[in-house]
Amino acid sequence: MTRPILLTIAAVALTALLGLAAFRSGGDAPADGDAFASEITLPEIVGQEVAVLTEAPNVPPPITRDHATRVVVEMETVELTKELADGVEYTFWTFGGDVPGPFVRVREGDLVEFHLANADDSTVPHNIDLHAVTGTGGGAEISLVVPGHETAFEFRAIKPGLYVYHCATAPVGLHVANGMYGLILVEPAEGLPAVDKEFYIMQSEFYTAGRFNEPGLQPFDLEKAVDEEPEYVVFNGRVGSMTGENALRASVGETVRMYVGNGGPNLTSSFHVIGEMFDRVYGEGGTAVNQGNVQTTGVPAGGSTIVEFLLDTPGRYTLVDHALFRAFNKGAVGILEVTGDEHPEILRSTPDA
Amino acid sequence: MTRLSTVLLSASALALAALVAARLGPTVEPPAGPDLGVVAEVPSAAQAPAEALPAEVPAVEMATVQGGVYRPLYQTATGVAEVEVAPFALAVRPVTNAEFLAFARAHPDWRRSRVRPLFAEDGYLGHWAGDLALGDAPPQAPVVNVSWFAARAYAEWAGKRLPTTDEWEFAASASATQADGRADPDYARTILARYSRPTPNPLPDAGQGDPNVWGVRDLHGLVWEWTDDVASALVTADSRQSRDANSRRYCAAGAVGASDFEDYAAFLRYGFRGGLEARFAVPNLGFRLAADA
Ligand SMILES: [Cu+2]
Repeated sequence: MTRPILLTIAAVALTALLGLAAFRSGGDAPADGDAFASEITLPEIVGQEVAVLTEAPNVPPPITRDHATRVVVEMETVELTKELADGVEYTFWTFGGDVPGPFVRVREGDLVEFHLANADDSTVPHNIDLHAVTGTGGGAEISLVVPGHETAFEFRAIKPGLYVYHCATAPVGLHVANGMYGLILVEPAEGLPAVDKEFYIMQSEFYTAGRFNEPGLQPFDLEKAVDEEPEYVVFNGRVGSMTGENALRASVGETVRMYVGNGGPNLTSSFHVIGEMFDRVYGEGGTAVNQGNVQTTGVPAGGSTIVEFLLDTPGRYTLVDHALFRAFNKGAVGILEVTGDEHPEILRSTPDA
Repeated sequence: MTRLSTVLLSASALALAALVAARLGPTVEPPAGPDLGVVAEVPSAAQAPAEALPAEVPAVEMATVQGGVYRPLYQTATGVAEVEVAPFALAVRPVTNAEFLAFARAHPDWRRSRVRPLFAEDGYLGHWAGDLALGDAPPQAPVVNVSWFAARAYAEWAGKRLPTTDEWEFAASASATQADGRADPDYARTILARYSRPTPNPLPDAGQGDPNVWGVRDLHGLVWEWTDDVASALVTADSRQSRDANSRRYCAAGAVGASDFEDYAAFLRYGFRGGLEARFAVPNLGFRLAADA
């Protein structure tokens, strides 16, 4: 059933490519010569497993399987009131009770059996659009589920990459503004290079009636959302999700990979770690390392990036959206605490020099 | 079960017919057309069930809603941008648990243990303690977990009907002082704020909300409500229409077909209706009565 459809898509894509090539008489071909596969080969599905889902900033362990399998994902949409900042409450609409929703990790070629339940005490229906899904609405159309019900669908994870998923129920902006997004990694069949630490970070905005840090339960403000003027820009769903006791931790000499998503709903992130360069960036969450030694990488709303770096020297590294008023006035700050031996040959203070 | 609901979500008459066949066996004819021929099979108020207990039809105050022109959120297939709504009567509040209990007394076929699966899924009246026992469900709170079939049967028993979606939306677009309150930003803000709260358990009593200009209460923020034509839109046999109905289920449609981009509360209601099947029992979905003026 899916295969003929995929072939059609591939054929359309190929036609589009040929058409494009006709325009490219000047010869500035795309960097990747074999951009479109003429046929997608679906691997055989062997066995079944239940997906390990993790809460940010944690990431499920790498996939060691060398074959495709049926992966069962169980998710529940939950509406709940909790803190957006100290003393500030918000009624979040969530996947799994947290913002962002759980991190899902599957392997290229896997058949994903997705169960989406909507909690009994939900006010509104929800669904899920996974950018990892090829097909109408990314699964949204077939996953709409009213309170107290459950729905299920299957998709083939045919394209590796780091993808955003989000609720796409009307009005979609509201569902996303209330916190309904997360990341799904479709790991390439050959896997990703081994690293010591992996983290899940997702930026997003909140549009509250009250100004930043105004205490109490804050309702959503539609006008601010339409005007793209958030009161909060945060990592992982609240101010302080990765500071103080919640800081990310690693050691000198370790390699770190960050899966960075942006739920939006409106702003593009200028993701930066103060005091570090990204040794390798998989731009926009795709499969190719397309740049080294990157200071700040763009993460579009509804998009992602993967960054990797080696920790050369200890310190407190601050994660920010380098659109700086978001960081210092709206909450987009996190800390990576790196311990280990000092390396004064890399950075030291020389007051007497 | 999940497979079944996936099939049902395709919301075609074909699927419904297949379900009927699957549930009732090959001897039962599938329902006829796209116009909900199945309704004819719903136990009717005219029948006199053997175990029926005497129960009076509860009286409910009906408000008169003067007619007017209403602009639906989504354009219709024929491109109609405005709908003329004739004057009609609308109950000032949704039907309560106590009232629905009277109905269940009078009509054993609509009791929890007796209702046919075709007309109500598992979870029908699931917040009650039993067939004729409310348990912790407050008597004056709106009844929920009732299917569209059950809501229609109740309305027939009460000598009334469900409001159409156009009627409901027209009445709901009124503010406290105006027939069309939608231009008032406070009106929209208040409604949105009410929608963005988890459903309280137990539900508060019906009739406590502020009346709108017609004297109708609780249209926003208490429970969602069935409308007469919401389910028929979902079981149409016409594939083009069913595709339209489906397209209302997700985001793209929300941006493409809408006539009023800022009426987010209406988007929420249309989104909700798009997820319904006529046999669904939903913990925050009830109904109210309407009648011709
Ligand atoms: Cu949602």
